[in-house]
Amino acid sequence: MAVFEKITIAKAINASLRASMEADPKVLVMGEDVGKLGGVFRVTDGLQKDFGEERVIDTPLAESGIIGTAIGLALRGYRPVAEIQFDGFVFPAYDQIVTQLAKMHARALGKVKVPVVIRIPYAGGIGAVEHHSESPEALFAHVAGLKVVSPSNASDAYWMLQQAIAGDDPVIYFEPKRRYHDKSRLDTESIPDPLHKARITRTGSDLTLAAYGPMVKVCENVANVAAEEGKSVEVVDLRSISPIDFDTVQSSVEKTGRLVVVHEAPVFFGSGAEIAARITERCFYHLEAPVLRVGGFHAPYPPSRLEDEYLPGLDRVLDAVDRALAY
Amino acid sequence: MTVEGTAERKTARGGSKRTTAKKATPTNKAPQSKAGNSGRADQAEQDQLVQLLTPEGKRVEHPDYAIDLSPEELRGLYRDMVLTRCFDAEATTLQRQGELGLWASLLGQEAAQIGSGRALRDDDYVFPTYREHGVAWCRGVDPTNLLGMFRGVNHGGWDPNSNNFHLYTIVIGSQTLHATGYAMGVQKDGADSAVIAYFGDGASSQGDVAESFTFSAVYNAPVVFFCQNNQWAISEPTEKQTRVPLYQRARGFGFPGVRVDGNDVLACLAVTKAALERARTGQGPMLIEAFTYRMGAHTTSDDPTKYRAHEETLAWEAKDPILRLRTYLESEGFVDEAYLAAIDEESEALGKRVRDVVRAMPDPDTMAIFENVYADGHALVDEERAQFAAYQASFADADAIAEGN
Repeated sequence: MAVFEKITIAKAINASLRASMEADPKVLVMGEDVGKLGGVFRVTDGLQKDFGEERVIDTPLAESGIIGTAIGLALRGYRPVAEIQFDGFVFPAYDQIVTQLAKMHARALGKVKVPVVIRIPYAGGIGAVEHHSESPEALFAHVAGLKVVSPSNASDAYWMLQQAIAGDDPVIYFEPKRRYHDKSRLDTESIPDPLHKARITRTGSDLTLAAYGPMVKVCENVANVAAEEGKSVEVVDLRSISPIDFDTVQSSVEKTGRLVVVHEAPVFFGSGAEIAARITERCFYHLEAPVLRVGGFHAPYPPSRLEDEYLPGLDRVLDAVDRALAY
Repeated sequence: MTVEGTAERKTARGGSKRTTAKKATPTNKAPQSKAGNSGRADQAEQDQLVQLLTPEGKRVEHPDYAIDLSPEELRGLYRDMVLTRCFDAEATTLQRQGELGLWASLLGQEAAQIGSGRALRDDDYVFPTYREHGVAWCRGVDPTNLLGMFRGVNHGGWDPNSNNFHLYTIVIGSQTLHATGYAMGVQKDGADSAVIAYFGDGASSQGDVAESFTFSAVYNAPVVFFCQNNQWAISEPTEKQTRVPLYQRARGFGFPGVRVDGNDVLACLAVTKAALERARTGQGPMLIEAFTYRMGAHTTSDDPTKYRAHEETLAWEAKDPILRLRTYLESEGFVDEAYLAAIDEESEALGKRVRDVVRAMPDPDTMAIFENVYADGHALVDEERAQFAAYQASFADADAIAEGN
């Protein structure tokens, strides 16, 4: 295949869908505007032209219907990759996802599989109107039967989606929409990490930052700035939110003694709370400071003119780093 | 309150051109429209209640739905209904005895379920709600398999693909979308199978049902929507769900709907066969409203005396689906005493087998909690399984001491 020195996440996802559809004729792409238009973010651009309307399906504008029919298609032996156009639009489908999709394999005592992948462009930072900037990952991670992942770069976007499609479990695949056009390296011949394995993207010795999706880049910038101030920050890209690779986080925290978890989603009952609890349990005697969290507030996602203040940025994460180091 | 259709039970709203014409006959005809702008098609649609066997057991013809069954086939339908009712009664008894936590009885709906169930081919696929014990019977699902979830030993004990009978779906309406998606898959495969989705008058209010109508119509999916309008959604009568007869909902989505006498097994069989044939031949979805009655409670936890009149139930008793077929079979001389006695004997044997199997049904292994949560596994489930196993093992010494070892 190929090595792309610089490819956007959006194009990497497109290439990933293409590779999955070429590898398995049962893979379908379905959603609102995914066909001729190629999706509102053009992520599915050209797929319908190349694979036809039978495999790249423009659906009625009904999210529960999209997921409900995707379940039916999966029961018939297909591997639907359903797109929910925006994070805030997923809730009409939440019942089908939580009540049906997540539980069907267990309900059937393992006798049926429902390999549905749900792609959701999520999180903020693009100046959008209401319902277009949310981070609902914890609402899905809380549900047994679902897997939840979020890539932060082109290579992960490419591999993790194919791994999700090839697996037999339902996966919610959160795409960091504000990073869609960020470019990074992709080698389509390389051997990918396992889907649910976290990755250390920056090594350090004083403090661990754990993040996923759009916040990984922020955390790497924080590590750069902190380094200039003589603080050595390690960054863990969690990649997977259900399951979470606690082993990797644990090893890092045993080394650094400090952990700050960063996500765009509200802090309250967010994935950071789960990570803080688990790491406190696992690393109690290694911790030099309480696990701190930086994230959204317990308020609706604000109008876009305020999102720079709402979102965890360089300064707010640095502030948490300083507070953790002050113990 | 009459026992007639939805529109007949409610009063006409001021200014409405609808009428609440009351029927003296028990033929359940939909209300006549007096709206001047309604065409002949409207009239015909509203007049229709497909019936091939009257409550008195008399065979009648219908211009669109013919059926010609051999005495053997007719006896088969009778046997199916009797055995299904027997199984259902046995399950109710088992709940009363504490062997089941709950039971949802199909009493009164045997014709709707056996008629539609016997219209299916083996390669067709069924998406039931939680009351389709008669359809399960037609599909060859062992009746005792249906009882596991009501006993609390599983959430559905059968392999959906061995009989093309999906698991019971408890949240109402959800399965209509699964059926539609499955039918879309059938279509993509180029197969000529059909899919049938069961739901009830209560579920007709669910958004998922409306969305399944939209999707199936848009993609021309080979799916039949079989709505058993049993008049009651727990305590809510059909007029709390709809202002039009339910079968008319289909038209707005672009496919035909038909109301069939749900207590007439012949009509249910004929109409469902026709609908399935339509689906198979690329003509898209169809809605069947089987007009029937839930003779029992919603479930064993329910008390219908709190919300419906006994007279209503009595009036429906006169339309009993089994009785009318038996009357017909007897009048034609298709059954004799020996045959009927043999069916009774078979019923008793079935009841005994069900009792024995249920009473012997073991509780699942505790560690089954952690099984099949994921197809490919999940680190957290593995961790919790190990922790819980260790926790349980920690009692081993105490247990040994208690047992005096």
